[in-house]
Amino acid sequence: MSILVNRETTVICQGITGKAGAFHTAGCLDYGTKMVGGVSPGKGGTKSEHGLPVFDTCHDAVAATGADVSMIFVPAAFAADAAMEASDAGCSLVVLITEGIPTLDMVRARQFLDEKGTLLVGPNCPGIITPGECKIGIMPGYIHKPSDGKSKSVGIISRSGTLTYEAVWQCTTRGLAQSTCVGIGGDPVKGLNFVELLELFENDPKTDAIVMIGEIGGTDEEEAAKYILHNVTKPVVAFIAGQTAPPGKRMGHAGAIISGGEGDAKSKVAALKDVGVTVADSPAKIGETVAALL
Amino acid sequence: MKIHEYQARDLLAEAGVPVPQAQVVESVDAAVAAYERIGGRAVVKAQVFAGGRGKAGFVKLCNSADEVRQAASFMLNNRMVSPQTGPGGIQVKKLLVAAAVDIESEYYVAVVVDRAKRRPVVMVSKEGGVEIEVVAHRNPDAIVKCWLHPSMGLLSFQCSQLITALGFKEKGQVKSAEKVIRGLVNVFYKYDCSLAEVNPLVRTKSGDILAIDAKINFDDNAFFRHQRVQEMFDPTEENPMELRAKEHNLSYIALDGNIGCLVNGAGLAMATMDIIKLHGGMPANFLDVGGSVTADAAIEAFRIILADTKVKGVLVNIFGGIAKCDTIAEALIKSAKEVGFKVPVVVRLEGTNVDRARQLLKEAAIPQLVTATDLTDAAKKVCTKVA
Repeated sequence: MSILVNRETTVICQGITGKAGAFHTAGCLDYGTKMVGGVSPGKGGTKSEHGLPVFDTCHDAVAATGADVSMIFVPAAFAADAAMEASDAGCSLVVLITEGIPTLDMVRARQFLDEKGTLLVGPNCPGIITPGECKIGIMPGYIHKPSDGKSKSVGIISRSGTLTYEAVWQCTTRGLAQSTCVGIGGDPVKGLNFVELLELFENDPKTDAIVMIGEIGGTDEEEAAKYILHNVTKPVVAFIAGQTAPPGKRMGHAGAIISGGEGDAKSKVAALKDVGVTVADSPAKIGETVAALL
Repeated sequence: MKIHEYQARDLLAEAGVPVPQAQVVESVDAAVAAYERIGGRAVVKAQVFAGGRGKAGFVKLCNSADEVRQAASFMLNNRMVSPQTGPGGIQVKKLLVAAAVDIESEYYVAVVVDRAKRRPVVMVSKEGGVEIEVVAHRNPDAIVKCWLHPSMGLLSFQCSQLITALGFKEKGQVKSAEKVIRGLVNVFYKYDCSLAEVNPLVRTKSGDILAIDAKINFDDNAFFRHQRVQEMFDPTEENPMELRAKEHNLSYIALDGNIGCLVNGAGLAMATMDIIKLHGGMPANFLDVGGSVTADAAIEAFRIILADTKVKGVLVNIFGGIAKCDTIAEALIKSAKEVGFKVPVVVRLEGTNVDRARQLLKEAAIPQLVTATDLTDAAKKVCTKVA
């Protein structure tokens, strides 16, 4: 089992003829994802370099392919609009990879998607993967270990990209499979957050433990801690990046900033420890901490 | 991005927020001329981003042209040193000469994005003049908030709620307060701000409502669509290395330690700083070369890291996904040739094509280059090297 995406999931790519969109569509196809088409305004009726049908609009693409999910590689200035288009066209999940989207654009887009009941992963994220079944995003597929029925499986939720790969690899090399890994992104206003995903993993029979990778900025981890206290029975391991980050400085991610006396790593670690979450003190010990709990 | 007080004042004044008469000047004579126009009592304020102006003597209340001349001359001819500037201080280039007002009471009004509620929020408080964090800590009930609908913005009843919370009843004051709140919200949306704050908003002894000091920060992600904001950008207030990094699409932040970091990905870059600290070292910088590292970016990153004379060692931590480890190894070898490694460089590579990468580094036999087997080993090695 898994959450959100599996081997049946059908996916289109908005921005399929762009450099990144084309490259990562190829990567998803190689991994076995059911990519069924793409969107590129003005190029409708043609085929992408992968041989997939290209449509002018998301509505055309969804009508013709019945796609469940849209993976978006549209430039930042137009990306929030692309997410709303995918939602309006009927996609049930939008995976928004684009980095650098204005925050107020995301405020409006999130409102639109919520009204339509569309789920969003991202923006500014690596995407989502159910190992062995479906990869939607830019993560390297081979570092993941699919559930095989014998190994224990971990669900991973992370605000980071490469730090997620690090955690995944540490799990894989210790024989731990991953049910699903979700990169929720490094932006202040985003889609699915720790709380919603903790609920999905808690209810997923094939997820044995949950890893959450947080970082400085905002209060998402504190909200997660409150939720875990009464709702999560599975073991949770966390790592919070940015213990050494100075206040007032944006650490690469738009959302990674300690401001107005909130968002520092210390209070996040304390909140999580308080509710029984095992917090790894080193980014090199995420895998071994989970392995020890299972 | 941040702007100066006088620029924030201009944006607010254009949006209809009542502000005291003021002028920005760049010379002592111009300061005196501005004072002559304003008359009476005036405040001379240095225009810098750093806080602690008052204590450093860079905000002065003046009662005569002579006092203005003295204050302006002091501020333009001495470097301002405060806890926020570092020991070297900063050169002041612009002054704001503003009419002084007799303050009866001080208030706080601001708009920010509430991340958890995913929408802008207007916050007001009767306890103005101090940092809002202090009020939030000491007396959270003193802050009243209204969350803005993502597409409808500020509704009239919300504006009334906020004005009521501020305690204004007299007709003229209610009208002025409305101008302040609406103006602030309009500026926030118009220019994609991350913060638009008036602190303090004051009621003068004569009953006028005026915005005395303002702070506006912008969403860097929306910079591209605001020419006005781009024009206000002041590169002299930025760290030159951070600017240079930005030009090469690198995300770099200078810190106080002596171990340089070169990492792909922001989360991993923060985690790398953390693991250095965990093993007793101090990071000299945050540096994210991006998910797909190119050789040119890596070489420029080394130039920036090694330009910091505090750096006694470097930790390269790359998790190759889309970026392949062998490409990065080649970039490292090229960097060693072009930039030269005068301090130990500990390299930890993991991920795609790592075996070939290790082979390449071994063959290159760069004297200062030390390879590490994993992240912990890398952190320990670099901390030992600089100890």
